[in-house]
Amino acid sequence: MPEYDLLLLRFGEITIKGKNRSRFEKAALSHVKLLLRAYPRTEARKDYGRIYVVLNGEPAHEIIDALKNVFGVTSISPMNTVSSNLEDILSGATSFMKGISWAGEKTFKVSAKRAWKGFPHPSLEMNKLVSTPILMAVPGLKVDVHHPAVNLRVEIREQETYLYTEVIQAAGGYPLGSNGKAMLLLSGGIDSPVAGWSAMRRGLEIECVHFHSYPFTSKKAEEKVLNLARVLSSYVGQIKVHLVPFTEIQTILSQSGHDNLMITLMRRAMLRIATRLAENNGALALVTGDSLGQVASQTLSSMNVIGRATDLPLLRPLVMSDKEEIISMARQIGTYELSILPYEDCCTLFVPKSPATNPNLRIIESAEASLTQLTEEIEKAVQGTETLCIRPDQDIDRSTGEEPVVQDKWF
Amino acid sequence: MIYFDHAATTPPYEDVTRTIAEVMAAHFGNPSSLHRLGEESGKLLRKAREVCAEALKVKPSEIIFTSGATESNNLALKGSALQYISRGKHIITTNTEHSSVYECCKQLETLGWEVTYLPVNSTGLVNAEQVAAAIREDTVLVSVMHVNNEIGSVQPITEIGKMLKKDHARVLFHVDGVQGFGKVSLSIVESGIDLYSLSAHKWRGPKGVGLLYVREGLVLSPLLSGGGQEGGLRAGTENIPYIVGMAKAIRLTNENWETRARKLSGLKEMLIQGITELPELVLNSDRAGAPHIVHFSCPGMKAEVILHMLEEEGMFVSTQSACSSKQRKPSRVLLAIGKDTETASTGLRISLGEEHTEEHINKLLKSLGKVLKQLHQLKGETS
Repeated sequence: MPEYDLLLLRFGEITIKGKNRSRFEKAALSHVKLLLRAYPRTEARKDYGRIYVVLNGEPAHEIIDALKNVFGVTSISPMNTVSSNLEDILSGATSFMKGISWAGEKTFKVSAKRAWKGFPHPSLEMNKLVSTPILMAVPGLKVDVHHPAVNLRVEIREQETYLYTEVIQAAGGYPLGSNGKAMLLLSGGIDSPVAGWSAMRRGLEIECVHFHSYPFTSKKAEEKVLNLARVLSSYVGQIKVHLVPFTEIQTILSQSGHDNLMITLMRRAMLRIATRLAENNGALALVTGDSLGQVASQTLSSMNVIGRATDLPLLRPLVMSDKEEIISMARQIGTYELSILPYEDCCTLFVPKSPATNPNLRIIESAEASLTQLTEEIEKAVQGTETLCIRPDQDIDRSTGEEPVVQDKWF
Repeated sequence: MIYFDHAATTPPYEDVTRTIAEVMAAHFGNPSSLHRLGEESGKLLRKAREVCAEALKVKPSEIIFTSGATESNNLALKGSALQYISRGKHIITTNTEHSSVYECCKQLETLGWEVTYLPVNSTGLVNAEQVAAAIREDTVLVSVMHVNNEIGSVQPITEIGKMLKKDHARVLFHVDGVQGFGKVSLSIVESGIDLYSLSAHKWRGPKGVGLLYVREGLVLSPLLSGGGQEGGLRAGTENIPYIVGMAKAIRLTNENWETRARKLSGLKEMLIQGITELPELVLNSDRAGAPHIVHFSCPGMKAEVILHMLEEEGMFVSTQSACSSKQRKPSRVLLAIGKDTETASTGLRISLGEEHTEEHINKLLKSLGKVLKQLHQLKGETS
């Protein structure tokens, strides 16, 4: 493998965003710099539509794996730099190609691009000039301009020339937080963390809202959610989690006498609380993991009735995704194994035998009206919400005792 | 008192005994309980597993806690024999294994398995070619100890493991690592090891607790069925204080173990030099063996008498290995390396620990000389 000295990070659609482009690029650059803290010798700089990372000896592919998670970056190429004169380009390209370990067919082509028009040889001529010494240096190598195994790009700029063959797919989307802030309703399931990641990729800053109903649910369920939030935080550096006490509200709702509407009532109460938290924290939307038709509360009529409980935009990134697609994304993001841990979340306890798949808005509204303490309890839940800041590298210890359970002196 | 029997067991680190007492007092919850007390014990269990995995450079999910090496070895052998019975019923091991592997094989033989006991050479070693030659269609498992507990020979584990992974990927490889850990370097992953047994009390942890590394993806048939603890491989309520104590010990042992091994090597060399200068004694250990074990025989004399006379001088040594020393039979291991019955019946083992100094070795050699002289005089009187 060639010794790479530079990474090129390309932006996707944000480059066409006119006046906002610079803001988007700045957001991506600061995200890159955040992830590069672990590699102190690297230097990152911004160019038109791109970010360059000078490696200074740090490991290229390890860093690519980290930077693949930078939202807004569509692809990454590890490159070699040479100075922009013919002699250096030819010898650099030859030794670059000699360093490649060939697995299958030994075919290649050269795609030169003369971005600096002051360079004396035009692109097409460069393709031939560069190929010739490579063909002599690597035995058995052939040119195939249509389906080459390796496409050697030679990008000639005024300051220097870049040589590369790999174009590695990255997260895409919009840079971190460049599209504002939303509240994510985070349960312990498979879907909501994926919805959160999708929202973050689209440039939303996310704060998580989790409803717990201790003692109906265990502390382990809460820990699981915090660990899920921690995985999400690894994509963005840190993430806030609002833990909402939901026990009282559930108790009141279960006394309404509408057993089969329980889930609908609960989801509406959750949206109301999340809306209040959004207002308090400057968020402009709610994000949920709803996927159309997946469960009773995610039928179209349920979504209609439940969604009316908030006047904020309700974003459902997974609404048209199949379960299998969501699971495969969850695996990629790294939340799947945590999500399938068997701890009860606050909904499962009150799941009626036959939940309504076609709830009636009028009945729901009159049921809510008859529960006189509901508004007050929702206010109490908002007041009683506890907010934690989760970082990828910090242990979450929530035990209330004076001494931590796992004491360093014991290990 | 000077304790020269570290291969039998070791004095626990003070930190380990304190940790055990503190954890036992503070966390009695059952990790399987759903309430907070159980959950707290569960956290300690998880942390201990992480610490042990880190010390062995493996994944936490690959560590199974057991009651010690005897159980680990039994689980490795019988667990894989039972689980992979459809692949065949042939096991390969050596004729110098610890009794917990050797007797386990004997028991499997009575149940219909066939076992090949590879002979060792005069320094106690087998080689990868021997193992390869013994492999048959129906071979399920190869079990070779890392360091011999009686004479300290270091088997070529990495060569055997690499050969197996290359040519016989389906054959499982178990290594009894009890005497080697913390003294002789060994990489579980690079050596292609599938199963690896350890006992905490051999490296200054508590007795009654050990572990078995089970490579990811490998299934074993459990020996103890019950409540599904340890991923269903080893039922029984977890011994939290001892497991945490073991994690402490494994970490302390792993810290600068190389310095410790170098020091032990120096002392061993000094001891061997002294023993070769006593004409009554026959050295059985190889200089290239593990740094903490020196074994010699005293033909024509009773090893047990020398042991007790050294005890009078305030020094504790061992005849054979602690696990077989109450049997009055010649040592199986010494016979296997080609010693005659007399030599094999009069073995003494000195095993060293990090607290020993050159002064201790000098004292031991001096006492040994004195004891031998006394025995000569006694013999002279009676003959």
